[in-house]
Amino acid sequence: MTKNDGLLQVKGAGIQFGGLKAVSEINMELNRGELIGLIGPNGAGKTTTFNMLTGVYAPTEGEIFFAGKKLKGLKPYQVTRRGISRTFQNIRLFNELTVLDNVKVAYHSLAKHSMLSSIFRLPSHFAGEREMEEKSIEFLKIFQLERYKDEKAKNLPYGQQRRLEIARALAAGPQLLLLDEPAAGMNPQETHELMELIAFIRKQFDLTILLIEHDMPLVMGICERIYVLDHGQLIAEGTPDVIRNHPKVIEAYLGEEVAE
Amino acid sequence: MKKSKSFWVFLVLSIIAYSVIQYLITYQIIDSLYSNMIILITINIILAVSLHLVIGITGQFSIGHAGFLAVGAYVSAIVTMKFQLPFPVAIIAGGVVAALAGLLVGIPTLRLRGDYLAIATLGFAEIIRIFFLNIDYVGGAAGMQVSHLTTWTSAFICLFITILVIVNFTNSRHGRAAISIRENEIAADAMGINTTYYKVAAFAIGSLFAGIAGALQAHNFYIISPTNFGFLKSFDILIFVVLGGLGSLSGSVIAAVFLTIVSTYLQDYPSTRMIIYSLVLVIVMLYRPKGLMGTLEITDLFKRKGGGPNDKK
Amino acid sequence: MEWIQQLVNGISLGSIYALIALGYTMVYGIIKLINFAHGDVFMIGSFIGFYSITGWGLSFFPALIVSMAACAVFGVIIERIAYKRLRNATRIAALITAIGVSLLIEYVFIYFRGAGLVAYPNVLPTKTFEIFGAQISSKSLLILGTSVTLMLILQFIVHKTKTGKAMRAVSHDMDAARLMGINVDRTISATFAIGSALAGAAGVIFGAYYTKIEPLMGVIPGLKAFVAAVLGGIGIIPGAMVGGLILGLVETIVSALGFSLWRDAAAFIILILILIFRPSGILGKNTKEKV
Repeated sequence: MTKNDGLLQVKGAGIQFGGLKAVSEINMELNRGELIGLIGPNGAGKTTTFNMLTGVYAPTEGEIFFAGKKLKGLKPYQVTRRGISRTFQNIRLFNELTVLDNVKVAYHSLAKHSMLSSIFRLPSHFAGEREMEEKSIEFLKIFQLERYKDEKAKNLPYGQQRRLEIARALAAGPQLLLLDEPAAGMNPQETHELMELIAFIRKQFDLTILLIEHDMPLVMGICERIYVLDHGQLIAEGTPDVIRNHPKVIEAYLGEEVAE
Repeated sequence: MKKSKSFWVFLVLSIIAYSVIQYLITYQIIDSLYSNMIILITINIILAVSLHLVIGITGQFSIGHAGFLAVGAYVSAIVTMKFQLPFPVAIIAGGVVAALAGLLVGIPTLRLRGDYLAIATLGFAEIIRIFFLNIDYVGGAAGMQVSHLTTWTSAFICLFITILVIVNFTNSRHGRAAISIRENEIAADAMGINTTYYKVAAFAIGSLFAGIAGALQAHNFYIISPTNFGFLKSFDILIFVVLGGLGSLSGSVIAAVFLTIVSTYLQDYPSTRMIIYSLVLVIVMLYRPKGLMGTLEITDLFKRKGGGPNDKK
Repeated sequence: MEWIQQLVNGISLGSIYALIALGYTMVYGIIKLINFAHGDVFMIGSFIGFYSITGWGLSFFPALIVSMAACAVFGVIIERIAYKRLRNATRIAALITAIGVSLLIEYVFIYFRGAGLVAYPNVLPTKTFEIFGAQISSKSLLILGTSVTLMLILQFIVHKTKTGKAMRAVSHDMDAARLMGINVDRTISATFAIGSALAGAAGVIFGAYYTKIEPLMGVIPGLKAFVAAVLGGIGIIPGAMVGGLILGLVETIVSALGFSLWRDAAAFIILILILIFRPSGILGKNTKEKV
């Protein structure tokens, strides 16, 4: 098995549901520190691709390599512990938990105190909980969500919920972050703030980011490279300039604005 | 620290509650009808809280809890009546074997979703009941006679331990993990939580305490038979949790106390009792699915009154 | 030939399970609800048949029709009062409510009528035929014949009428069906009506065949019929028929082999095995859920 320099290598991956190939022949390469976009019309298979990368679906063909190791047969929580974290197209916060607790959940696998130590309230429980509390509050401060820390997640305004979801995904300590339409439902002002946030976290946390988006100015503005999916297959790949003028991409989006 | 303080408050209140009732019983100020009802309430609280862990905290819909009650009851009865061992040993044995049964049932069924899980747990509980029905060693359909060994003291100690364990579990990263599964299992998975592990663990712990309740029950009513552990019993426990509010431990406790008292007064009118129970259940589900307390705890109500953190917008 | 007798017994029992299972599967297919109260509709149907025969002096087939009609109405009433509000609630909330409704029906009935059992008078002709060396009663043949006829009528309704087409459409995609102009509420009510009518028929058939009926008779057969529906593939109509027949046969065989005390457990063991190894059922398709 050849060692690759890139962080993520997807080779001919695909998945079949029943008789239907949802995605096939996906080839992608992400190098450390890159910010890559994944675009395509609705139903193209973008979220399905994310689901393959995070272990929600097992690919029926092809292979995925992360940090040099093959991702095979791993459950989502195992993929997360390897270093890939994600947000969801439809916000999936833990609604009845507080904002602070939402972030604490992401720290779960990094904590060490066992169930027995919690039940019997041993010193390791208190130490572990204190550490989680401190780290989580620090995290909220970075994302300016600290003032909401005792609010239930469901009570947050929409924009802050999206922010929280990103904060939570990062609290899991990933090397690769998958963002699924983070700008959905945002106005231009909020989108701009999001772009700044993404640039910020990329630097702060030394992240590699793969971003699904429909908002073209956002994608063209911050992504170094873009993959384009249509009907489950890659139809184009390249820098924003290349993609902007790519005939196949324009054709796929026929009727929609591709370039501003 | 806040958490330690509430523990000491809980401990002091418990000692007071225990002593008062023990006094009333010892000096026979209250008659056996009441002391029996108090023990029954205690057993039902243990059952309610154990099911609360499975359904209210972890979101796993088990409607076969009576199966683990049965395991605890029969195993503990065998330990005292057939092996002549002391009652505490029987209680522990009942709990442990019930927990093992919980593992056995949980591992295959907890991968099922919502209503399928519910039916599977119901199926397992029926299989357990039919199993005991067919074993002559424990009396089969006629049941088994069991010495009266349950006291207020033993029941109270078990209750204290049950609540302590479950509260400690809930207020820790493990409890948060379980709640995250309830709230959004897919997201919990994505955030690194081993969902299968926690679902099975909650199920096993819930079964453990149901088994302990079974041991207490077996040694309180002189005789046990498979008819005590059918679907109606599972339903009784379910209604404690649903009425109290899915996610509220204090809600389950309050509902268990309230409904046990109602049940005792209606024990001569079984159909009326069932009509009231099922009517309450339907009305709650249709008009106030949150139950009495929603996901709030008694302590949350005190916090609000004391002018705590900002109110909800 | 003993085994032919058992075969006939098994198929007769199985067809009763099948008739009840059809109601479960249709309702689950259309609104994803396990209608716990369905077994009690079976019970009510049985009693309506009983009172029709003993009180009004009807014979078997008229009693069957009366019971089916009454149960159809009853099923629609239950749906309107209890389940309609919960269409957007969680499946668990609907399941709990269904459990509540089931217990309510049982205990209200017991409250007014008492819990005792009664026996159906002999309404079926009791000739016996000899086929392949086994004694087969005309009772069995009549039961089988009635059940099969009802199932054929159902197939006709589902595949050849507008209502049936609407039912299939709503099962696939409620919102799309609504957008196509289908009256979803009415279609759901029709589903409940048909399912309940079949359960009522099963009740009368059960009473006529096994004679003893009592208010809690719907609980265990109801659960078993649900198992049958899951076995065949929940939401799939032929599945309910297949599942019911298989379950009836398995139970009869278990009994015949001498394990009659475990007979009831057989259904639940089958349920567990199916849910673990092939949750989509025998005729079901293995569809992955989209995240």
